[in-house]
Amino acid sequence: MSEAAIPTAARSAPITLVGPIAWVRTNLFSGWFSGLFSLVLLFLIVKWTLGFIEWGVINAVWSVPNNQTQACRDLKGTGACWAVITEKHRFILFGTYPYEEQWRAFLSILVFIGLFIVSAMRRFWRKELGLIWIGALTTIGVLMWGGVLGLNYVPQERWGGLVITLILATFGLAFAFPLSILVALGRRSKLPAIKALCVIYVELIRGVPLISLLFMASVMFPLFLPEGMNIDKLLRAQIAIILFAGAYLAEVVRGGLQSLPRGQYEAADALGLSYWKKTGFIILPQALRLVIPPLVNTFIGFFKDTSLVLIIGIFDLLTAGKTAIIEPAWQGFGIEVYLTVGFIYFCFCFAMSRYSQNLEAELNQHRVR
Amino acid sequence: MSQTSIDPRSLRAPPKRPIKLSWADERIRGIFWQVVVVGIVVSIVWWLWSNTVHNLEVRRIATGFGFLNREAGLPIAESIIDYNPTNTYLRALIVGLLNTLKVAVVGIILATIFGTLIGIARLSKNWVLRTLSATYVEVIRDLPLLLQLLFWYAILQGLPGPRQAMHPAEGVFLSNRGLKLPWIEWEGAHSLALLAFVVGLVVTFLYRRQAVAKQITDGVPRHTWPVALVALVAVPLAAWAALGAPFTPDIPALRGFNFQGGLTLSPEYFALLAGLVMYTAGFVAEIVRAGIQAVPNGQREAAQALGLRPGAVLRLVVLPQALRVIVPPMTSQYLNITKNSSLAVAIGYQDIVSIANTTLNQTGQAIEGIAIIMLVYLTISLSISGFMNWYNARIALVER
Repeated sequence: MSEAAIPTAARSAPITLVGPIAWVRTNLFSGWFSGLFSLVLLFLIVKWTLGFIEWGVINAVWSVPNNQTQACRDLKGTGACWAVITEKHRFILFGTYPYEEQWRAFLSILVFIGLFIVSAMRRFWRKELGLIWIGALTTIGVLMWGGVLGLNYVPQERWGGLVITLILATFGLAFAFPLSILVALGRRSKLPAIKALCVIYVELIRGVPLISLLFMASVMFPLFLPEGMNIDKLLRAQIAIILFAGAYLAEVVRGGLQSLPRGQYEAADALGLSYWKKTGFIILPQALRLVIPPLVNTFIGFFKDTSLVLIIGIFDLLTAGKTAIIEPAWQGFGIEVYLTVGFIYFCFCFAMSRYSQNLEAELNQHRVR
Repeated sequence: MSQTSIDPRSLRAPPKRPIKLSWADERIRGIFWQVVVVGIVVSIVWWLWSNTVHNLEVRRIATGFGFLNREAGLPIAESIIDYNPTNTYLRALIVGLLNTLKVAVVGIILATIFGTLIGIARLSKNWVLRTLSATYVEVIRDLPLLLQLLFWYAILQGLPGPRQAMHPAEGVFLSNRGLKLPWIEWEGAHSLALLAFVVGLVVTFLYRRQAVAKQITDGVPRHTWPVALVALVAVPLAAWAALGAPFTPDIPALRGFNFQGGLTLSPEYFALLAGLVMYTAGFVAEIVRAGIQAVPNGQREAAQALGLRPGAVLRLVVLPQALRVIVPPMTSQYLNITKNSSLAVAIGYQDIVSIANTTLNQTGQAIEGIAIIMLVYLTISLSISGFMNWYNARIALVER
C-alpha cells in the first residue's frame, strides 16, 4: 500500500523526441524527400570542401624563388598559387608607400581598427568620443604624411592599399554623418525653400549610380574650380563619397525622426525650448538611438562601395590587388588575389554586421517580454 | 456609431497675427534663414558655373550636344540593334542604353527568382538547406560587388579556349569566349506567336478580374484556366502553325578556332549578369524571409480552420500580406541592380556608362557626357520607383 506513495523519478522522454537522434530526425530526415535532399546536399558540400582543400592547401604552391612562377603554371589550375600573396602582400596592403616606411601605414591601420573598436563600445558613447575621433584621425594624418617629428614626408600619390580604403570609408563617414543629420532635419523642416533644397539633393544623389559621381569628381571637378587651383584626386573622390553617403544616411536618419511619437516634439515645444535645443536635447538622442542598426547596415554598404574608386584609378585595396597581377609573371592568378582581398573585406563587413545584430537585440531588450 | 463630440474651440482656425518686423517673430526668422541658405547655395552654384564657363573658354571646349551627330568611330562588341563604327555618337549611346537595359531586366528577373528560392530555403525545416542558404546570404552580402564581378571575370578568363571548351550538354559550351547555348532561327512566325502570347496575357488578366468581380456579387466561382489555356497556349500555337510552323534549331558547333551559330553570352555579359544576380539575390532572400515571417502564424491557422487548401492558404492569405512588407524594399533592390549595372565599365561590358565615358574621352565633352549618364539613370530610377509605388498603392492595406 505504502509503495504507491513513494514518488518515482520522472521517466526521461523517449529517445525519438529529445537528444541527437530526435534532432537528426526533425532537422534532416523529416520525410523521405527531405532525407534524400539532405544526403545529396551533404555529399555535395563534402565533395566541394574536399576539392577546395585539395586546390587551396594540398596542391598549393606557397612561395617561389624570385618571380619564377613556372611552378605555379605547371599546376594548370589543380592547385592555388598562394606565392602571389607571399610575394605581393605588402603591395596589396600598402600600395606604393615607400617600403621602409610601411610600418607607418601599418600603424595607421591599427589606429583605425582601434578607433572602430572604441566607437563600438557603448561605455564610450559620450561627448568625449568626438575628441577621440579628432585625436585618432590627426594621428593617422601625421603618420601617413609625415614631415614632422622626424618622419619623412610621403606625398599622397604614394599612398595605397588597405589604408586608402579605410581612409575613404572613415573620413567619408565622419563628414557624411553630420551632413546627413542636417539634411534630414532640413527635409522635415517647415521652411519650404530649405525643404526643397534637401529633397532635390537627396533624390538627385540617390537616383544616379556612385560611379557617375566619381566620374564627375575625376573629370568635371577640375572645370569647376578657378584656374590654377587644383585639388588632389583622392580628395575629390572623398568629396564625391561624402556627398553620396550623406544622401543615403539622411534617409535613414529621417526614418528615425519620423518614427518618434509626435508627443515628444509637442512636449519639447510646450517646455518653450528653442528649435536647436529641442532638436539637440530631445529629438536627436532618441531618433538616432532608434536607427543605429540600419545606420550600421548603411555603413557596411558604404564600406564596400569605396571599392568603386578602382574605376577612376585610385589606389585602394581592390585596385592594389588588381594591379598586383598586371605584371606578366603573375598574370592569371586573379582568383587567389581576389579571394585574399575578399577575405579582408569580409572580416570588416562581417564584424560590423554581427555587431549590428547584437546591438539591435540589446537595444530592443526592453521590448522583449 | 454615435458622433464623438468635438470641442468646438479646436475647430476654429487659429487667429491670424499680423507679421511683425521683429526678430521675435518666428515667421520673420524663418524667412531670414531661408534667404541666407538659398543665398549661400545660389552663390556657390554661380561661382562654380562662372568658373566652368571661364575654363571652357580657356580650353576652347565647345558646349552643347552637337557632337552627338558626329561619326563615333568606336567599336562596340555586342549590340542588339545594327551598329558599326561609322554610325553617330547618338546611335552608340543608344546601343549602350540597350545593353544596360538588357543586363538590368534579365538581372531583375533572375535575382527575384533566385533570391526568393534562397529566402524560402532559409525558412526550411531541413537543417542542411537552412544553414547553407544562411551562409550564402551572409558571405555574399559582406563582399563588395565590384570584387565579385572581377572574381567571376577572372574565372571566366581562366577557362580553356574553344577547342577544350566545357561541354556539359549537347549544344552548350562554356569557354573563355563565353557561354554558348542552342537557339532557334528566329522568323516572322515566332514574333507573331510571341505577340499573341502577350495579348493572351492581357486577355487572361482582364478575364480574371471580371470573373472575381462577378464572384463577389453572386458567389459562384468561375475557372480562369480554360481561358488562360486558350489565350496563352492555343492561340499562339495556332498563329505559329498558320505560318508553316517553322522550327530550325540553331546549335552551336566548333568550326576552326571558334564557335558558329547558337546564342552567345559574352564573358563580360555573363560575368556581369552572374555577379549582379548572385549579389542581389542575397539581399532579395533577406527581404523575402522577413516578409514571410511578418505574417503571423494565426493568419495561416485561421485560413486552415476555414477549410482552405494549402495552395489557397498561401495564395489568398499569406502572400498578399507578405507582399505588403516585401514590395517597398524590393523596389530599392531593383533600383540597385539598375544602378549597379554601371559597374560593367570595370570588366569591359559596353553599357551606357562605358560608352558615355569613351565618348567624353574622345570628344572632351565631359559635362555633356556625365549629364547624359545622370539623365539616363534618373529617368530609369524614377520610372521604376513610379511603377513600384503604383503597385504598392494597389496592394496596400485599405483601411476605413
